[in-house]
Amino acid sequence: MAEPMGFFTDPTVCIGCKACEVACKQWNQLPALDEDRRTLSGDSYDNTRKLDGTHWRHVKFVEQFDEDRRDGRWTMLSDVCKHCVQAGCLEVCPTGAIIRTEFDTVVIQSDTCNGCKACLGACPFGVIDINPVSKTAQKCTLCYDRLQAGMEPACSQACPTDSIVFGPVRELKERAGRRVDQLHAAGEKRAVLYGADENMLGGLNAFFLLVDKPEVYGLPPDPKMPTRHLATGTLATMLGAFVVGLVSLFNFRDRRAGEASAPDRDQP
Amino acid sequence: MIDAPSSTWFTSSPHWNWLIVVYFILGALAGGVYFLSAMIDLTGRDRRLARLGYYMTLPLLLVIGGVLIVDLYRPDRFWHLFVEIHTLRPMFKWWVPMSVGAWSVLIFGFFSLLSCLAALFEHRDWRWRFPRRLRPPGVLGMLVTVPGAIMALVVTGYTGVMLSVLNRPVWSDTPLFGLLFLVSAVTMAAALLALVGRWIHGDSPVVAALNRIWIWLLLVQIVVWIALFVTLGPAVRGWLNVWGVVLAIGIAIGTVLPLLAARFRTARGIGGLPAAAVLVLAGGFMVRTAIVFVPEAIAP
Repeated sequence: MAEPMGFFTDPTVCIGCKACEVACKQWNQLPALDEDRRTLSGDSYDNTRKLDGTHWRHVKFVEQFDEDRRDGRWTMLSDVCKHCVQAGCLEVCPTGAIIRTEFDTVVIQSDTCNGCKACLGACPFGVIDINPVSKTAQKCTLCYDRLQAGMEPACSQACPTDSIVFGPVRELKERAGRRVDQLHAAGEKRAVLYGADENMLGGLNAFFLLVDKPEVYGLPPDPKMPTRHLATGTLATMLGAFVVGLVSLFNFRDRRAGEASAPDRDQP
Repeated sequence: MIDAPSSTWFTSSPHWNWLIVVYFILGALAGGVYFLSAMIDLTGRDRRLARLGYYMTLPLLLVIGGVLIVDLYRPDRFWHLFVEIHTLRPMFKWWVPMSVGAWSVLIFGFFSLLSCLAALFEHRDWRWRFPRRLRPPGVLGMLVTVPGAIMALVVTGYTGVMLSVLNRPVWSDTPLFGLLFLVSAVTMAAALLALVGRWIHGDSPVVAALNRIWIWLLLVQIVVWIALFVTLGPAVRGWLNVWGVVLAIGIAIGTVLPLLAARFRTARGIGGLPAAAVLVLAGGFMVRTAIVFVPEAIAP
């Protein structure tokens, strides 16, 4: 297996140009419009709104202004599939359409997916949705086809400020650590890495530097695996089956005792 | 999102619609009716009611099979649930409730078909007698009915376990939906069979037993509901919308009123249970509808 590859996204240098979104759509031949979204969102300059089956990169615009708007800041974050080491989508896919590649990335095979939608809700980050053209679940592939050809993903290659950096995850973490130290030294004490350590779903191969709480960027502070309740839920259900069986058996046996000498109602 | 009570609030909708509600209801009835019919067959004498149960189960399964296929965005690829398309090996993931559910419906359908054929051959008194042996008593009948009943319960319960692993608000904030679905499925099925049994041959011992079963199981459901709300913790907030109202009405008319009706009947020695059984079914429908749609009402 090749070395795990991923993205490090640093919103402190993002200028919101959306070159990543455009490059992604262009390379992956994703439609520019989708039928549900023909109006402006009214939410800052963000008309992409969210990641889905045709938007595999999404530049979030976070406006943080005072009531009188005298002071404030813009924060832009280019969101993407996190290619989790413990991937919820992969765990719940019933057809084997979602696979882990040799680059430790997570890819949906469109020829296998039957659009059952299990992965849509299972993703802790709400990344996946149905592509209305293929009618299958789709998301960022971390440009698997380009990686196989030794190329860089389209989004990071197009990023003019290196807000999105592609590379081996190990090297990206070193780089991200240095960037956090740099920001701390510059007085930005809130700078933290999101998803760089193994505590979050075994580590995110696409991780972020944040300068505010994750919720501000629409990211869950403690994303969880969808299968966390599988064992307890199954055991509780089996307990229910036992109780239902007992209740039924008790009542039907009771009836039989009271009817022991009754003739069979259904002899033809 | 800033004050979201659970990480599930950050997930996306799986776009479930009324087809899923239909499936949840019909699947619950199919599984519950077969299970109770098998229990009647295994323990009792009212072969006519059990036969009717088998007759009801098979068409229900055919409908829900169709519903499940139509609900896929690519119905032409439904078979990918059973066959790995690149290797043509069986596709089964024991840790994926949807995979377990797909196989369960298929296997349950097989047993349901055998039971239905056995009931039909016995009913019509057709000359070929072998199919009759696929119903109890007898070893062959046991080999069909017992695993069939187990698969029936799997079909009623896996849907709830599936909700618990789909990471959506409310659904995945408790592990108890599988338990609730299984118990409520058999409750609804008991109410339905009690109605049908009463229609066929009036108040018989088996109808009385079925009435006692749904009353007992409603009491179990109350315990399960309390446990479910406790385990939801802060995520119980997810019910503060229209679907919470539907749920409350569903519990009131599907659990509380039937129990009151049962108590009233016992006290006065008069009827009223058929109406209560109808309420159980109506309440079960409302509760499942509310559960299916509640995450959609929670703003991302």
